[in-house]
Amino acid sequence: MLMNKLPLIIKREYLAKVRNKSFVIMTFLSPILMVGMVVLIAYLTKLNDNEKRIISVLNESEHFTNDFLSDQNTGYVNFEGIGLQAAKDSTANLGYYGLLHIPEEGDLEMVAERSFFYSKDAPNTSVIDDIEDIFQDRLRQKKLMNMGVSTQDFANIADRFEIRTSTFAGEQNLKGINELKAAVGGAFGYLIMMFIIIYGGFVMRSVIEEKTSRIIEVIISSVKPFQLMLGKIIGTSLAGITQFAIWIVSASLLLFAAFAIFGIDPDTLNKGADMSSVMGGNLATPVPSPSKLMEYAQELYRLPWLTLIIFFLIYFVLGYLIYSSIYAAIGAAVDNETDTQQFIFPIILPLMLAIYVGFFSVFSNPHGPIAVGFSLFPLTSPIVMLMRLPGGIGEGGVPVWQVITSIILLIVTFIGIVWLAAKIYRIGILMYGKKPSYKEIFKWLRY
Amino acid sequence: MNNILVTNEVTKRFGEHTALKKVSLEIPKNSIYGLLGPNGAGKTTLIRIINQITFPDEGAVFFDGAPLESHHIANIGYLPEERGLYKSMKVGEQALYLAQLKGLSKAEAKQRLKYWFDRLDIGDWWNKKIQELSKGMAQKIQFIVTVLHEPKLLIFDEPFSGFDPINANIIKDEILELRNKGASIIFSTHRMESVEELCDHIALIHQSEKILDGKLSDIKKAYKNNIFEVGLEVEKGATLLQELKDKFQITSSAFNPLENQLDFKVQLPSSDSGAVLDFLSGKANINQFVETIPSANEIFIRTVQNKDAHE
Repeated sequence: MLMNKLPLIIKREYLAKVRNKSFVIMTFLSPILMVGMVVLIAYLTKLNDNEKRIISVLNESEHFTNDFLSDQNTGYVNFEGIGLQAAKDSTANLGYYGLLHIPEEGDLEMVAERSFFYSKDAPNTSVIDDIEDIFQDRLRQKKLMNMGVSTQDFANIADRFEIRTSTFAGEQNLKGINELKAAVGGAFGYLIMMFIIIYGGFVMRSVIEEKTSRIIEVIISSVKPFQLMLGKIIGTSLAGITQFAIWIVSASLLLFAAFAIFGIDPDTLNKGADMSSVMGGNLATPVPSPSKLMEYAQELYRLPWLTLIIFFLIYFVLGYLIYSSIYAAIGAAVDNETDTQQFIFPIILPLMLAIYVGFFSVFSNPHGPIAVGFSLFPLTSPIVMLMRLPGGIGEGGVPVWQVITSIILLIVTFIGIVWLAAKIYRIGILMYGKKPSYKEIFKWLRY
Repeated sequence: MNNILVTNEVTKRFGEHTALKKVSLEIPKNSIYGLLGPNGAGKTTLIRIINQITFPDEGAVFFDGAPLESHHIANIGYLPEERGLYKSMKVGEQALYLAQLKGLSKAEAKQRLKYWFDRLDIGDWWNKKIQELSKGMAQKIQFIVTVLHEPKLLIFDEPFSGFDPINANIIKDEILELRNKGASIIFSTHRMESVEELCDHIALIHQSEKILDGKLSDIKKAYKNNIFEVGLEVEKGATLLQELKDKFQITSSAFNPLENQLDFKVQLPSSDSGAVLDFLSGKANINQFVETIPSANEIFIRTVQNKDAHE
């Protein structure tokens, strides 16, 4: 008879959350904001690219002849037969971006050494990079020529090379696929972190609301505090899943719609793909050339999606349960939200650590000792393990024992934390009026 | 079994602090049992133990003859002192939810709610949110939710706080009505005037210990101190008073010569008042002769002071 009250509580918590005005607004406004931002970034990127910079070149040297070629982004205008001061003035008057001065006398090294770029403000690094590249090419070419390499040969050796990689099992990988996998894993890990922080907060506020409205004692005279806590955590998480489902569906629909309307080529976004994939919307990946797009799409398709989704759910459920029961205990311990700060920081810390360790350590070496350690430690494993999992499980991926160990550790931690949190919760919900210290909360554990 | 609830040497500690020390109570069926005591005495802790919100460290609680178990919750209705409702939930929805938590089916809960809403004349509140109601209005809803599942045992902790006098009266009548219909009621308060009107039995809790319990009328008898209040119509009041003073222990007196009215209080060695009556007969016209019964308030204060003095 008592257990059939849990669905009642879950239902109430779910409806209370979903019917809340701010939930409705957040749910339907966020995708629009998110898509709006992506579109804005794409639009601005496009706008930025279209701005053509004109640079005047006062070339008094014979070493450079046809090296400054205008392209899509930069135009070069040659000044001839005027002095440096006049050239500077004209550049300013004509509204050009800057003036490159290459002096007359000396050999190439000397000329290069004494060349100057003048501009109104500090120059854009990409402009400087382009100019430096031209100088570097010329210098290298000259040195090679001195060694007896012809210009023709120089052009021949300029080929870029990318090594093809393969696993022992014969599975061929594309270059950049590790980054791709890391990005997918990162997206999942980030999703878990966001969900825990946002919905853990909801659980906490819901507990505080019951305390401040003084309904808590009425309810726990009917149900066990543990049931109420569990019902609240489950109900809130279902509301969260609803919200995420709505977001993902509507965000992708809106993205397609936006691209169609504004005529923006999704390739424009490739530079920002790491970020947008992390935001859960667009899973586009850095692609060097359109011809390889299909290969990457296939590679993406070949990722162990089923494994990923199953383990996403396992790690998500366990991680969320652990953290949200801590949030529930915090909510029970305090009287109002402003008192929660000191308790929340220690919870967010391992989550942030997991994300940073994930982005810096797991991306570069998914199976290094740091990555392994953090993917076993229960407070960080839901995030870090998911970042490693796109490599698969077993050979070439995460060893099976590590996955099993991390899940067992999570379950053990979950039982321990829920047990402790329920104790704090049980005492805390009936304590009014003062903000407890850590010491006091520790005492409650022994009641 | 004549007792709905029995606690047997219940002890509860919170760390160093002992909230209840070997409290034994017997709460008879079909009565109103006043649980009295100053703030912080341990009343709420005891009530929470009965509601299985907390559990005793030592001792046992029996409900209707059987050890208290979680399924008994459906037979208990509890109106806590710290009470409230979900602010943003609608009245009807909220009442249904709380009723269902007590084990009522949705249909049954709806039907009974309708009855109570009509009875307390609040039928049009069903779709209002709690935040739109006044404090007193919300208290009415809470009262309904407490009694809706027709529990055998009802526990009211300071039920009248938050009510204006008119609504407090309505609720008081409802409580009496529930008792008449067969419910047993525990009524916890530190306001004594309501005790006289409602309670059949009382228990006094002070500093975590029960210091007094029993039938209110028995307690009153035990606490009376053989003081009688007498009113006489007599012409020579002053002379009579002097005679009385010689013979009996007069604690206070007043003579009004205009109306020939003599009022005095006399302390007798036993409850036998025959000697006074014999003495007065023929000497004056007795228009009042009452034994003074201490009020619950007096008993409360006297017991607590006695107790404190002994320590």
